[in-house]
Amino acid sequence: MGERLLLFFQYAGGTSILLAQTVAGLFVPPFRRTLIVEQMEKIGVDSFPIVAMTGLFTGMVLGLQTAYQLQQIGAESYISSIVGLSMVRELGPVLTALVVTGRVGAAITAEIGTMRVTEQIDALESLATNPIQYLVAPRFVALLIMLPLLTLYSDVIGIFGGYLIGVYKLGVTPTLYMRMTWDVIQIKDIMTGLVKAGVFSMIVATVACYEGFETSGGAEGVGRATTLAVVISFIMIVAADCLSTAIFYFVFP
Amino acid sequence: MIEIINLCKAFGSHAVLDNLNLTVQTGETMVIIGRSGCGKSVLLKHVLGLMRPDSGQVIVDGKDVTKIEGPELQKLRMRFGMVFQGAALFDSMTVGENVGFALREHRLFPEGEVRRRITECLSLVGLADIENLKPAELSGGMRKRVGIARALAIRPDILLFDEPTTGIDPVMADVINKLVKTLHERLKVTVVLVTHDMVSAYKVATRIAMMYEGRIIATGTPEQIQSTGNPVVRQFVRGEAEGPITADQPKRRTFIG
Repeated sequence: MGERLLLFFQYAGGTSILLAQTVAGLFVPPFRRTLIVEQMEKIGVDSFPIVAMTGLFTGMVLGLQTAYQLQQIGAESYISSIVGLSMVRELGPVLTALVVTGRVGAAITAEIGTMRVTEQIDALESLATNPIQYLVAPRFVALLIMLPLLTLYSDVIGIFGGYLIGVYKLGVTPTLYMRMTWDVIQIKDIMTGLVKAGVFSMIVATVACYEGFETSGGAEGVGRATTLAVVISFIMIVAADCLSTAIFYFVFP
Repeated sequence: MIEIINLCKAFGSHAVLDNLNLTVQTGETMVIIGRSGCGKSVLLKHVLGLMRPDSGQVIVDGKDVTKIEGPELQKLRMRFGMVFQGAALFDSMTVGENVGFALREHRLFPEGEVRRRITECLSLVGLADIENLKPAELSGGMRKRVGIARALAIRPDILLFDEPTTGIDPVMADVINKLVKTLHERLKVTVVLVTHDMVSAYKVATRIAMMYEGRIIATGTPEQIQSTGNPVVRQFVRGEAEGPITADQPKRRTFIG
């Protein structure tokens, strides 16, 4: 038990130091514009299809499930409000973050981990290049920009999914559906969703890169590190979601 | 001059470097020999500041590598060229981008000069017209030579080699040995080379140091090492299965992870 506690603190300390060094590295030249753009494409643009699919189906399922309840009291038109609010406040940010963790976080850990075990990170250092600034900072910035953007896409597509169910299955008129959506969603709801996405992006970037750097033991080690990165990111995202929802609930009621 | 003074490093309870002392003179080729896993690579990584010791000093021309950090350490590293055991080429980049990495990274020269340097360094190691290939498309011997070219690109004063002849065929190994010798003579660099290949050690060394149980137990010219009276060194350089090295084997954990 004592040993586990120590390991926990070692992990918390290690990731915090990495996060601090990464942020510090952002303000020191050279600025890696090309690398950031490259990562933004890999992380953001290439993730769009899977994020879109997840958003669409989630919106549709949400529509169907709420309809199941609301039909009994004849309040079908309210599904638009429920789908819209749930997507923007909760499901958009969380599902996008989880999908991106599986797709991008795992890839980051595998790539950096392989570089670690094949001494490429030592080689970077031997060529007088700071690996945190070269490898971590561009991924961190790319995630910080792209995850909120992907979340916005996911929100819109999820609402469209609910619209398909509401309009074509339940017969709500299109104008009523859209008005019921816009009426309930406030700027505050969208902003809290985006703040969450920002927090999640930092979790994914830090955990994935940390696991990559800590990799040892060849191909098996890379596999283990990748699994750990995904598992720890998942848990931390869900926990951070709960915590931030609670904070928003009490601070901005 | 590189002075390594009382260097100690332990992984867990296993002391890999145990009060190690060694001096490398400017302009010589120092070959450090020792068994696989005895900590030779760990020693090299301390010289470059890639690892931090538990105690002790590594002094390169008056500066203690173990104490400096940040820009000062980076500046010192620009004087070194390190050739890694598995070449450690960046596999996301082409050969040309690998060789020119440090030049572009530190914006040392305009692009035209960088390209000229890349071609020059590749031809120094006997390779041409492979700039646009990826490291995965190269053979083991070619990768090692690209690794050497990458280390040469910044014109270092000190070249560090980690087992340059391990894992390649004897003919290619001799090509590498000749290359190390020519580079040493033509570029007047100090060379520190770590190996367990005695053929290579005798060919390139001006001095040989034998590392055993975390210390340097003997230093001398290749002739002195060859005719040594030390039983441990004798067993190693002759490659005998019976002797003092293997006698106490079962008691010790020699191999590190």
